[in-house]
Amino acid sequence: MTGLPLWAAILVSALVLAGAAMSLIGAIGLLRLPKFYQRLHAPGLTTSSGSICIILGSMIGFSLLNERLVLHEALIGLFIMCTTPVTLMLLGRAALYRDRAENRPVVAPTDPLAVPPRQD
Amino acid sequence: MRRLVPHPLLAVALVLMWLILTRFSLGQLVLGTGVALVASWALGPLEPKTIRIRRWRPIPGLLAVLAGDVLWSNLRVARMILSGRIPSSGVVEVDLDSRDRAVLALLAIIISATPGTSWLGWNPRSGKMLLHVFDLREEDEWKTLIQTRYECRLREIFEWET
Repeated sequence: MTGLPLWAAILVSALVLAGAAMSLIGAIGLLRLPKFYQRLHAPGLTTSSGSICIILGSMIGFSLLNERLVLHEALIGLFIMCTTPVTLMLLGRAALYRDRAENRPVVAPTDPLAVPPRQD
Repeated sequence: MRRLVPHPLLAVALVLMWLILTRFSLGQLVLGTGVALVASWALGPLEPKTIRIRRWRPIPGLLAVLAGDVLWSNLRVARMILSGRIPSSGVVEVDLDSRDRAVLALLAIIISATPGTSWLGWNPRSGKMLLHVFDLREEDEWKTLIQTRYECRLREIFEWET
């Protein structure tokens, strides 16, 4: 096992730093955005570009270090992509229910969870 | 064949995952295939409806469009958070024509994966999907964007008649 060549070291560290920066921006957004529905969007930065950049950096780095194709990390990305919608949808729907229960001004033009009146 | 492997896509994906996690060798291939067959057979009674890909051709186009959109929306949302400007968020109702579970599930994944849009709910009776947009300017723009960019392509992939 030898060290990384210079170009690879630069590429990998740039990718990892970019991913970390995007995750940090997502966390800042989660802290600073005023409304609940707006805060739903901030973690998306971490789960999409943040994780993609770090995963790419890790795949390139370890593939070169071990001199064979390392693809485990791609599975992490796949599972993150498939599971985040579940939690985001649960949170969004919980907020909709709360707003309806507290009689807040309606978020939606029509409530998607209510049964619409029959047309006929 | 269908009784032997009720969910062929799942079985193939499981074999691939097994080979990625272990090093490729004939023994692991046999073992992984066995695990995949048992798993897809066990899922058969739980999920009788198999998801099938009807057309493969739109898939690369969809992936390319998705990659571009994810990148672009990431940069836009990040810039907006850093600038400290509070965006005008809002809710859009989008009419979806599809009732197919695979289309809806993938649409939900796509919408959640792109920062700046999130899926709030879907009414199965009216077929209306509720979308929350981080920086909302033109409502109609988002409606046509979801319908023409993603729903059309997904329906082409998973449904016979479009």
